[in-house]
Amino acid sequence: MAEIKNYTMNFGPQHPAAHGVLRLVLELDGEVIERADPHIGLLHRATEKLAEHKTFLQTVPYMDRLDYVSMMLNEHAYVMAVEKLAGIEVPIRAQYIRVMYDEITRILNHLLWLGASGIDLGAMTMFFYTFREREDLLDAYEAVSGARLHAAYYRPGGVYRDLPDSMPQYEASKVHNAAAVKKMNENRQGSLLDFLEDFTNRFPGYVDEYETLLTDNRIWKQRTVGIGVVSPERALALGFTGPMLRGSGVVWDLRKKQPYEVYDRIDFDIPVGVEGDCYDRYLVRVEEMRQSNRIIKQCIDWLRKNPGPVMADNHKFAPPRRESMKQNMEELIHHFKLFSEGFHVPAGEAYSAVEHAKGEFGIYLVSDGANKPYRMKIRAPGFSHLSSLNEMTKGHMIADVVAIIGTQDIVFGEIDR
Amino acid sequence: MATDLNILSSNLNEAFSGKVVSLEERLGELTLVVKASDMLAVFTRLRDDADLRFEELIDVCGIDYSTYGSETCEDGKYLPDAPRAGSRFAAVYHLLSITHNMRLRVRVFAEEDEMPIVDSVTGIWPAANWFEREAFDLYGIIFVGHPDLRRILTDYGFVGNPFRKDFPLSGTVEMRYDAAQQRVVYEPVTVEPREITPRTMREENYGRS
Repeated sequence: MAEIKNYTMNFGPQHPAAHGVLRLVLELDGEVIERADPHIGLLHRATEKLAEHKTFLQTVPYMDRLDYVSMMLNEHAYVMAVEKLAGIEVPIRAQYIRVMYDEITRILNHLLWLGASGIDLGAMTMFFYTFREREDLLDAYEAVSGARLHAAYYRPGGVYRDLPDSMPQYEASKVHNAAAVKKMNENRQGSLLDFLEDFTNRFPGYVDEYETLLTDNRIWKQRTVGIGVVSPERALALGFTGPMLRGSGVVWDLRKKQPYEVYDRIDFDIPVGVEGDCYDRYLVRVEEMRQSNRIIKQCIDWLRKNPGPVMADNHKFAPPRRESMKQNMEELIHHFKLFSEGFHVPAGEAYSAVEHAKGEFGIYLVSDGANKPYRMKIRAPGFSHLSSLNEMTKGHMIADVVAIIGTQDIVFGEIDR
Repeated sequence: MATDLNILSSNLNEAFSGKVVSLEERLGELTLVVKASDMLAVFTRLRDDADLRFEELIDVCGIDYSTYGSETCEDGKYLPDAPRAGSRFAAVYHLLSITHNMRLRVRVFAEEDEMPIVDSVTGIWPAANWFEREAFDLYGIIFVGHPDLRRILTDYGFVGNPFRKDFPLSGTVEMRYDAAQQRVVYEPVTVEPREITPRTMREENYGRS
């Protein structure tokens, strides 16, 4: 009989299923994983060190580049940490806008996750469907911030500006004639809120389409049911949060348990899994998209009825309005100081966490009273999830590694920071 | 939450009467400081005691306190104003109790500055594994009892602890492709340190009018 030896295989860092720059060193016994050693840090940019050399406001755009598929959620944790330390009150309208954009971001993230992990497991069509819907939401991003991805929209003290009254229109081109453009612009005639409302009315139907494709799909179930099972006790010990923890059946969602902004005024449910396998985590995420849609609807209703300021009035932290800045010496000085020296945050430390699309995203901020943070630590959910990869893949086939990386919703921007 | 924090702090004082170096509440967050020699006993009790039950370790991070409160800058590096009392390095643990819906921050100072050593908590929470590797990589804090204390975020063959305050922001080496040798070579950095907005301090109640 031939002697069978273990061998070691390198996976990545350039691999389409590695979701970025993951390098895995796999020790295999035939096709069965004995040990998986993830090598990370290939995208390490030292965001935390950079933040120590930037003013508090200059760090906001760096947050977008952490988890670059759920940009505003990262900003949210950061601005909340600054606001906590500085004691800034955020206007209620800004809180609703933040909650609405948090949920838009969650849908964006889950759509990308669904498309990408669909491709990983051979469901090619998912990607086309999910990217169709992402386009509408990215337009909503662009309408408020001017940027499709790296928005820098949340600022300490509120949000950069109020929601626009009109949406940008498509123009006729070589590809689309006037009739086609008219049809494309149909849902862009009103304000941003009208555009989003139209989206929220259509979206549940789209989710039904995804579920038709995947939920009872035999191949999808064969690839995900019973793969990467994590018990609730083990999920807690391994530091899981978010859909990874809820997939294992632990009822834990910061939006419900430690509500921030206006989540305590909003009606929504938390889906939880039973088995703790990849399929349950898929179901949890799909249901989360439906719940996010519900939250967006409630926010639209509220925002329609309640106009108001979206930035705090405290000009030691938040910039004054442009009109008043041009007529008022004091406001001009505030503006100049804010954008040159930056604001000073009182000495102390604060940890603030949000329910990120991937789990608990937290910012631990230490200030010594200067205009720059003394230390900022980013608690990225993906970091603890990926650290459990060895345990989750042990004993599985090599093809299941792809399913497990997919289910962990790995993005290297936040893991490597 | 405020009453909960009072209950939690009295529970902590009761459970660790002799071991609490300090326990303070600020901004609705509790911070417990314990000595490095007591940390394993404290953490085990924090996880297992029915009144505490911090079953999840959210985060571990290192901190270098050497230039805390200083605005002295030279060549892009910050320098301490005066010799500091107390230790330079600390490991900060953020704990979460799912059962009681509470958070706790625990800070452990490493006693020696030259060779900062604290115990590893991987035996209590497996989640600490990578977080401790990260603090080891970036700050050089040694976690005794860690099963696999390797660098994690920096490059293969990296020298130094990049997040220490005396490490320059630009790093020490840069790399480029050398056409003559047909390989990537490392050279000392040529980037000039520059700072657009200097770090400044303000009096105590600035901005709190």
